[in-house]
Amino acid sequence: MNDNEKVDPKVNRARRKLVVATSVVGGAAGLGAAAPFVASMWPSERARAAGAPIEVDVSRIAPGELAVFEWRGKPVWVLRRTQEMLASLKSVEPRLSDPSSKASEQPKYAENEHRSAKPDLLVLVGVCTHLGCSPQEKPAEAKAEMGADWPGGFYCPCHGSKFDFAGRVFNGSPAPTNLVVPPYTVVDNKVVIGEDEKTKGA
Amino acid sequence: MIARVWRWFDSRMPTVRQEWARHAAEYYAPKNFNFWYFFGSLALLVLVLQIVSGIFLTMNYKPDANLAFGSVEYIMRDVPGGWIIRYLHSTGASAFFIVVYLHMFRALLYGSHKEPRELVWIFGVLIYLTLMGEAFFGYLLPWGQMSFWGAQVIVNLFGSVPFIGPDLALWIRGDYVVSDATLNRFFALHVIAFPLVLLGLVVAHLLALHDVGSNNPEGVDIKKVKGADGHPVDGIPFHPYYTVKDLAGAVVFLAIFAFVMFFVPEMGGYFLENNNFIPADPLKTPPHIAPVWYFTPFYSILRAVPPLFHSQFPGVLAMGIATLILFFLPWLDRSPVKSIRYRGTLYKAWLAAFVVVFLILGYLGTEPTTVWGQFNDRWNILDTKDVATWVARLCSIVYFLFFFLMPWYTTRDRVMPVPERLPAMVH
Repeated sequence: MNDNEKVDPKVNRARRKLVVATSVVGGAAGLGAAAPFVASMWPSERARAAGAPIEVDVSRIAPGELAVFEWRGKPVWVLRRTQEMLASLKSVEPRLSDPSSKASEQPKYAENEHRSAKPDLLVLVGVCTHLGCSPQEKPAEAKAEMGADWPGGFYCPCHGSKFDFAGRVFNGSPAPTNLVVPPYTVVDNKVVIGEDEKTKGA
Repeated sequence: MIARVWRWFDSRMPTVRQEWARHAAEYYAPKNFNFWYFFGSLALLVLVLQIVSGIFLTMNYKPDANLAFGSVEYIMRDVPGGWIIRYLHSTGASAFFIVVYLHMFRALLYGSHKEPRELVWIFGVLIYLTLMGEAFFGYLLPWGQMSFWGAQVIVNLFGSVPFIGPDLALWIRGDYVVSDATLNRFFALHVIAFPLVLLGLVVAHLLALHDVGSNNPEGVDIKKVKGADGHPVDGIPFHPYYTVKDLAGAVVFLAIFAFVMFFVPEMGGYFLENNNFIPADPLKTPPHIAPVWYFTPFYSILRAVPPLFHSQFPGVLAMGIATLILFFLPWLDRSPVKSIRYRGTLYKAWLAAFVVVFLILGYLGTEPTTVWGQFNDRWNILDTKDVATWVARLCSIVYFLFFFLMPWYTTRDRVMPVPERLPAMVH
């Protein structure tokens, strides 16, 4: 209490202290009581289990073919890129806003020019980093629709974001970053989506 | 007999008589309320309609991702009178925002936000924000494509907050995507939590208003001149004068409301979007996502801000500031007068510009950014060629300047002297 303040002599100081102490403890208990309610809004054990890794067979995905799997309720793409697709990655770099994926989300083993553990096998979360719509594949042949200089990649119908065959975003798209590469592990002909060395450790 | 029962009751609980007097029979309101003063009581009327229709909707609605869409169609087709209750509720949502926007505009016209009514205004802004939350939660419940993807987009806005964003979005959804868990909690928030908050805020809004007294189209403080009976000479008791006036307003409003509800409940896709008659599909995004019309001015501002530093956050921040700036209005407005009738051309011009850009932003938010075509390639500045995006950027700037320059233009404005009392024959 401030010494300059005039204390009413009729106030019993000891009782006033008791009132303050009781209020503070009661208030703290009240805040603590909020904890279980806040906690109950995190994903439940069932939702977490449904978010568990999925194992998919990629042996039957032909070169140039895109397969879509559902992981944590989102579309995950597995694209086996052709030589032409891989070659286009180098040539489009000047037109990308984040060509080396510095500001984008991917595991360590996908921090390379093809953004994948194995050069040909691209694994991406098929959700636009703008506001969460799902882009569509537009091959290089779709020049009539996408413009004469379209090298092939992905196009988001919601707000017109464009991505190359490594999920890297083109300049002038509303999407701020490249498409997300989820954690995954490649074992022979199988890809385990949602699990890698790092997530196992966690 | 009735008189005796009343005396018995009154001697045990005089609060009822006292509060009725305080808030109605002896609440002296200025005698010159005009058309713009209908919207407060109309907002209360719509609130009651929403609560009543909402209660009856919950009797047949199922907050389950597998059943929700079907249960709404069941209400529409099989429940006796179900369609009227559902359309009452969906039309009511839009009507609520129309009424509230006009009610807020009234404040801008007559300076109702100014001293001593700052708290009334702040409670009002809180009501508006709560209403936005309430509408957002409610729109997910039919579990159509727009429900789903609209919620996806709006929850992702929270996800763009630096550092805590992704966890925050996860916590709001309760799952990695908008799912059954999200639907269930939005239902709880929509039918219990937010309506309770809303009711509390409405009570606070009215109590704060009745403590300081109502403003009026002249912006004159009627409490300055009181008669021998201690009541303002320019005031009349709220009941019966304004209860009867508001009743007339309610009749006209309900006639228009009923016309919309019976003949154009979807309002050409503005009140209920066409895509929402397709069940939610998490793997397929509709080609064009737009929020319902009452959010679109802010959605336009969001889209108008280009991503900075590889982050969507600046746009989200701009949208947040666009709504939260309303709290500061009483202190941004430095004009010595309240009503537009005594303000100068500067404020009138800025208010007109604000209304125009708000409407343009609202329209653009309902359309894709390519709606007005594109500039040619030489104009590809700041990442876009879309004409509409550039118009939205200019309008957003005017929107913010209206608030940020307000301290400057309201002090420089040439105002007229305000009379002591209400001028004769103003009503």
